[in-house]
This record gives sequence, structure tokens and C-alpha cells, in this order.
Amino acid sequence: MAEHEPMLDTFPKYLLLNAERFAGLPAMRHKDFGIWQSWTWKEQLEQVRTFSIGLQTHGVAHGERVAVVGANRPRLYWAIAALQALGAVPVPVYADAVAEELAYVLDHAGVRLAVVQDQEQVDKILSFSEKIPNLGLIIYDEQRGLADYDHSRLVSFADVQEAGRKAIEDAPDLSVRWEETIRAASGDDVSIMLYTSGTTGRSKGVVITAAAAVQAASDTAAFDKLNEHDSVLAYLPLAWVGDHYLNYAQGYVSGFCVNCPEGPETVAQDLKEIGPTFYFAPPRVFEGLLTMVTIRMEDAGRLKKWIFDKFIGVARKHGEAILEGRPVPLSGRIAYALGRVFVYGPLKNVLGLSKVRTAYTAGEAIGEDLFSFFRSLGINLKQLYGQTEAFLYVTCQEDGAVRADAVGPAAPNVDVRISSDGEVQFKSPGMFKGYYLDDAKTAETLTEDGYVKTGDAGFFDQDGQLRIIDRAKDVGRLKSGALFSPKYVENALKFFPNIKEAVAFGDQRDFCAVFINIDLTAVGNWAERNNISYASYQELAGHPRVYEMIANHVDDTNRKLSKEPMMAGAQIKRFLVLHKELDADDGELTRTQKVRRGFIGDRYGELIEALYDGSPEKFVETEVTYEDGRKGSIRATVKIADAKLYDVPAEAMKEAAE
Amino acid sequence: MNARPDSSEFSGARDDGIAKGDTLLEVNNVSLSFGGVKAITDISFDIKKGEIRAIIGPNGAGKTSMLNVINGFYTPQQGTITYRGVPRRAMRTTDAARQGIARTFQNIALFKGMSTLDNIMTGRITLQKRNLFWQGLWAGPAEREEIEHRRAVEAIIDFLEIEHIRKTPVGRLPYGLQKRVELGRALAAEPSLLLLDEPMAGMNLEEKEDMSRFILDVNNQFGTTIALIEHDMGVVMDISDRIVVLDYGRKIGDGNPDEIAKNQDVIDAYLGVPHEG
Repeated sequence: MAEHEPMLDTFPKYLLLNAERFAGLPAMRHKDFGIWQSWTWKEQLEQVRTFSIGLQTHGVAHGERVAVVGANRPRLYWAIAALQALGAVPVPVYADAVAEELAYVLDHAGVRLAVVQDQEQVDKILSFSEKIPNLGLIIYDEQRGLADYDHSRLVSFADVQEAGRKAIEDAPDLSVRWEETIRAASGDDVSIMLYTSGTTGRSKGVVITAAAAVQAASDTAAFDKLNEHDSVLAYLPLAWVGDHYLNYAQGYVSGFCVNCPEGPETVAQDLKEIGPTFYFAPPRVFEGLLTMVTIRMEDAGRLKKWIFDKFIGVARKHGEAILEGRPVPLSGRIAYALGRVFVYGPLKNVLGLSKVRTAYTAGEAIGEDLFSFFRSLGINLKQLYGQTEAFLYVTCQEDGAVRADAVGPAAPNVDVRISSDGEVQFKSPGMFKGYYLDDAKTAETLTEDGYVKTGDAGFFDQDGQLRIIDRAKDVGRLKSGALFSPKYVENALKFFPNIKEAVAFGDQRDFCAVFINIDLTAVGNWAERNNISYASYQELAGHPRVYEMIANHVDDTNRKLSKEPMMAGAQIKRFLVLHKELDADDGELTRTQKVRRGFIGDRYGELIEALYDGSPEKFVETEVTYEDGRKGSIRATVKIADAKLYDVPAEAMKEAAE
Repeated sequence: MNARPDSSEFSGARDDGIAKGDTLLEVNNVSLSFGGVKAITDISFDIKKGEIRAIIGPNGAGKTSMLNVINGFYTPQQGTITYRGVPRRAMRTTDAARQGIARTFQNIALFKGMSTLDNIMTGRITLQKRNLFWQGLWAGPAEREEIEHRRAVEAIIDFLEIEHIRKTPVGRLPYGLQKRVELGRALAAEPSLLLLDEPMAGMNLEEKEDMSRFILDVNNQFGTTIALIEHDMGVVMDISDRIVVLDYGRKIGDGNPDEIAKNQDVIDAYLGVPHEG
């Protein structure tokens, strides 16, 4: 357990320690050429060592910032450790960022060197090279397609390692000195700079120091009893705090094995093969899994479907109680045990969740039904609430005290409070040092007594769990004075599998109106079943039967809202189904797939006006951006539909008007 | 133990002893007719080692016939084909395959019920040395050989980025991916000369861009000589080194993309100027 272990203050120090204490245990796996390749902690140390010393020969120095761009690949994770070993600062950047975003981050961070995955990233960087004057060398992992490039600025990862190997051969004490540098490093050094996904405006570089990062990771690893025999699948974006924290940071302090999938499309298959014991996924992934299971069961034979429905019923009734060790009648236990043999076991195996001991979800609200579906199968799914500025954890739920509508009490050693105007504020071991080159923003984000303002509105409920309502600045009021929380309305809609995304409007308006994005998988499947043919997303989105279906969902949502005193005033009066999917490449979502409400408001201003001026349809032309930066446009006539409002209980009106 | 397998285990193109830039294949005064229909009339051109050579022309110009002559499916009535310095007129398709000519088809010709992996594996058949007996026994040398071939196939799967459909029956794949699997099968033979019959037919813009990228990468990484038929002029102009233009079975142009773009006969043929005679 963590308390008996030496408390180190940088990740490279853990690398040296793990190479001794877990020498023969796997540290990293990667499925490549169809086979899981694996590296033990000892081998991982050698990989990091040669690359790190190779970087030294290229002049990488203490404090220097180096970009790391790409998918979850062992070599990129090693690059992070290799940089930290030299006291340099890794700056991971989202691999799917368009060239301009990438250039902005590289320039802002002032990187002289970038470690990237492949030709795609090299092309993006080179296309904006005049905007990144400091950038010199680019180190790439995959050779493919780069043979004919000008190699004066390009060098392969393997060549850098080779240079490191040669340098060690020439001067054997280099290796010893390298380890001494690591041991002598200070916990006050910057460990990593994580650029926020930028829900509002440009992304900011969040500076995290080593000792803080290690402290936070050790606390949560101990909280969830993670150890060297655990394993995780690293499939979240490398540049996101979640991936860096959950996989890299926790991996180094607890010694578990990080498994890198073959590619983004093979994640489901790789998950099944690896069977991780610790798993994190945003709610939309769980939603996708449930949608897939539901669709597949609809295609199954009658007997199978009957067995499935029967035992899922049993799980809904007793599953969570059994998971939490609450009393359950014997008959329930027997039925659940049978269900485990016939349904839950095989189902978890197909989903790759058989061995999961702890699973987390965060980032968005999760539907009660969805959440308890997975828990009832015996998966210990919990919620956490976090931020890049906290180096992830602010609150997290303890085993046995889990609910869908709250995110748990403060994480170990974290202090959370609600300010007088309802904003959630925290102080934590892993909290950031500041935004890089932006003291004004840093000062704006910190309170005078050193708490971080999250910008989220929330409150603690009776059992001490935090509940998040919305982004504090998004909470507004309708002209009638009724409280309007866009996220609350959107989440209620998004719990329907057919609705992928929703954007609600209403602040300072007469009523609440929404944009809806259909979920192509779910609605496409429904269309196939109902003999509805369509040629494109746009055509399906505008189909009258789809409008009918969405209208039913909106109606259900309104009925649900009408029963909640605080929210009843903000029922949806008009809605439309958007003709295109909201996309991060067009700036409509952040790279972590969060809605950028302000941007969407500007971009679709005409449609919003049409929602409020009563017109039945509206013609729009929208510009779209491809990943390489080229632009195109799509045109559509979007229909606008009305929804039925439900009576609001009298006391709610009174309360809302106060 | 952790040697990363990489594409070096798969050479991609066999060594045929011909230096880059030398003539790999020469077509001399070839004519082909079916009964009274003249498909190809007195055509001559060459394909040089390491280049991407496009054969273009309006519908019915004789492009696919030309490809079928090259890989031995049709025997021309007149003229010779000189491949790797050896002239011949008639040749069996199996010989062509053994000598390193691989192709894809305009209408995908994969084994629909078999997985991507197995389909690509069939492309290795001409390279398998063990006889049926050993293969049936699947032990000793045959097993080692199969592992070797599987490595090569995995390198192709990695190269074409189709890991996620490795085990999927190809009949269930969308069209664009099937085309990619077919390219993979042709590549598996480690061809000296790769013939692509309309590799981008029926694809959307994004799929065309992907396919163009793969064709360029194959040429660039393995040095494979490629002869391709394609309708999309934009693609042809972008990726080819040299272009032959056919019209009504005759050659009306031959040269690099710039020359072809300026060639009046080619412009007329594509704009549909009435045919003389």
C-alpha cells in the first residue's frame, strides 16, 4: 500500500524505482502487426533512457518545452518520461487538432522540438512552420510516407534512440549521470503543461509541477487500491488531462500496465482482448455500448431476447444491491447468480469489462438508467468530477456510496467549498501552478485565499455529495423570470439514445428552444427497421418520421421537467433537428466533445431567430472545415417544430419568480 | 525478445534485376480484336521501373483490354509484349502472376465470405513453396512458412490501415474498404508490376484521397511499378508520372501530365469532337 512505499516527487524517480521493484512485470503493451508486444518496467527504463540521452545529444535542456503529438503509442509515453528525466517540459497536443490549432499551441508554448506520431502530424506542422519560428527539429515515430521529405529538420524516434545508445557506448558514465540527474531533480520542476480544450476561446497552458502531480496521483491510486497487477487500456486523447493522469501518472506511481490499442477503430476489440481492471470512459461511450447491445438484442432470436430481458430485469432489481453488499432475498441472489452465467458474464466479456474492478465516468451528466444498467451487471462504475487545473480529481465517489445524480464527496486531501454565489471552488494537492504566460487569467481563476474557481455552479446535498448544475455563467433566466439551465435541459434530452447532442437557448428569451443532433447509429438502425431510406445524414435528420420520433422525446422531456419545481418553467417550446453533426473541426465542439454554446449561437444565429420568430422552416448555408483546413459548405432547409408544454405546479412558479 | 516487427520483413516488391528508370514492360504494335470488333489497334508504349503509369481514355477506348493483354488474359492477334526483357505474345495468367504481375479489378473480385486477413493471404499463394501435402499436414516447414506469410500480411494490413477489419468477412465491408482489401491482396504477391483497374471508381472524395495516398505510398515505399486505369482526370494528373491516352482502341497521346493536358487530340477526345472515319 501507498503509505509503506517511499514517497518520491517526480515520475522519472518512480521509473527508476519500478524498474527495480517490478523489473519483470509488464509496464507497457501495444498491439502492433496483430500481436500484443510487451515491455517490462526494466525494458521500459531502457527505452526511456536511450531516447532521453538521444534527446540530450540534440541539445534538449532543463526547462525547455517540447511538444508531443499523436495517438496513444508507447513511444510517445516514453517521450514524456524521457523529457521529464531531463527536466524538460512535455507539452502534449491533441492529435486531431487542425493544423492552425496545433500551430497556435506550439507557438504559444515556444517549443523548439516536437515528438510526433506520423506523417499526418509532420504535414500539419510543416504547413504552418512560418507561424512557429522557434520550432527546429521534428522527431517522428512512424517512417511511412516520409522517405522523400527534406530530412534536415526530421529525424526518426529510432535514430534518436540509436544516437542515445551510441553516446552511452562512447561514454558509459553518461548513463550513470543520467540517473543521478533524475535522483537530484526537484519536485518543484514543471512536470507537464496541459492545454485545456477551450470551451470558451483559445486554449490555455495549464502548468503542473512534479511533486503536486505525484501527490495527486498517489492519493487516488491509494483510494482505488491500484497496484502493479492492474492494467488499463490507454485510448483517451494523449493530450487530455484524463489520459495523462489516469494512465501515465497513476501508472508510474502504482506500477500498473498501460495497454495501447492498435488504432482508434480497434479499441472495442482491444478492450475485449486486454480486459482492463481499471477503466474510464465518458458517458457517451457507455451510451454507445448500451445502444450497441440494444440494437444487437433486437436482431437476436426470440429465445435469446427472452433470456436477456428476463435477466436484465433481475439485474435491475437486485444487481446494485448485490454490488454494494446490501441485503437481498435468497431468491433474488439465486436468480442473479443464474443471470451471471447466462447473461451478465458473457455480456461483460463481449464489452471487455469482465475484469473491471473500478470504473469511472465523468465530463458530463450520466442518465440514471444508463448508469444503473452497467452497475447492475456488477461493474463498479462510479463518478468523479475533475478539471485540468486540479490535475483531474476534485471529487470522486467511494465504493458503496454511488449515485447517478451526484459526483461524490471531495477526493482525498482535496478541499471543496461552494462560494456565496453558488460556484464550486477547490484547493487540491495536484492543483496547477498557473496558466503559461497568462498571469492575468491565472489571477482571475484563483481566489485571494488560493482556491481555484471552477466556473461550475453546484451544491452539496444531504449526504455530502457534490451536485453540479451547470457552468455558472450559463445559468440564466427566461423573460418570465423562470430559472434556465441549458445543460440541464440538454442532458435530459441526451439521455435518449436517439439524441446525440442538444443545444438549448432561453436566457433573456420568452421560452426555451433547442437544436438537436440525432445519433446516426441509433436513428440509422431505427430507419433500417422501419424501411426508411436515406442517402445522407442531412436527409435522415430532416425526415418527417424522425421529427415525429424526436417530438415524442421532447414531449417526454417536458413532462419530466414539469415535475421539477426549479426547472419547470424552462420547458421546450420549439425545437429543430440540425442538418449537420456538430463537429470539433468546425469549432462547434471542443476536442473533448463539449458543446461550445457561444460559438454555435453565433454560427447559427439565423436558425435561433427562426426558433423565436415562429417561422415553420428556414434555409441555411453552413461552412464546414475539413481536417486539413480546406473549407466547403452545406445547404439545407431546416424545419422547426412546436412542442406541447405541461402545466407547471403553482408553487414552482412562485419559487422561480422569487 | 521485444524486437518490434516492422515492414522490413515485407519487401513489398520483388527484386527483378531491373534498375529504376529502365524499361520494365514494352508493348509493341499490339492489336486485339473480338470477331470484327477491333478493341486495340497497333498500340505501342512502355512502362519504366518505379513509375506510376496511367492509361486513360473515354468509355470503350480499350483500357481494360490493354490491361488484360498485359497480364495474359487476352492474347493479341498482332504485336509483342516484352516483360523483363523477354518478348512473348501468348502467356497464361498464372505465368504472369508467377512473374510478378498482380492486379485489381474494376468490379471487386474478392472472396466475399472470407475475412480480410484470409483474402490477403490468398495473394501469397504464388510465393508459397511447400506442396499440398505439407500444407495439409501443417507442421514443420509448412507451419514456419505460414507464419512468415502471416507476418507479411500483417505488414500489409498495417500499411493499409485496415487493422479494425482484419477478421471481418469482406462481403460486409463498405465498397471503399473492399477496394483497399483488394489492393492489399495484390500487394501480398510482392509484385514487380501492379495493375490497378479503376481503383477509385465509385468512391467519394475522401475515399479517393485515401486511395491516392495509398497508391503513392506503395510506389514510394516499396518502389512498386504501377500501371493504372482511371476515369477521374484530377486524380490521374496528380499521381501519375506518365500517361497513355487511348481512344477507340488507338493511342492518341503519351507523355507526362503537363504534355497530356496540352495535347489537342486528347482534349478533343474528351470533349467529344466527332471522330474522323
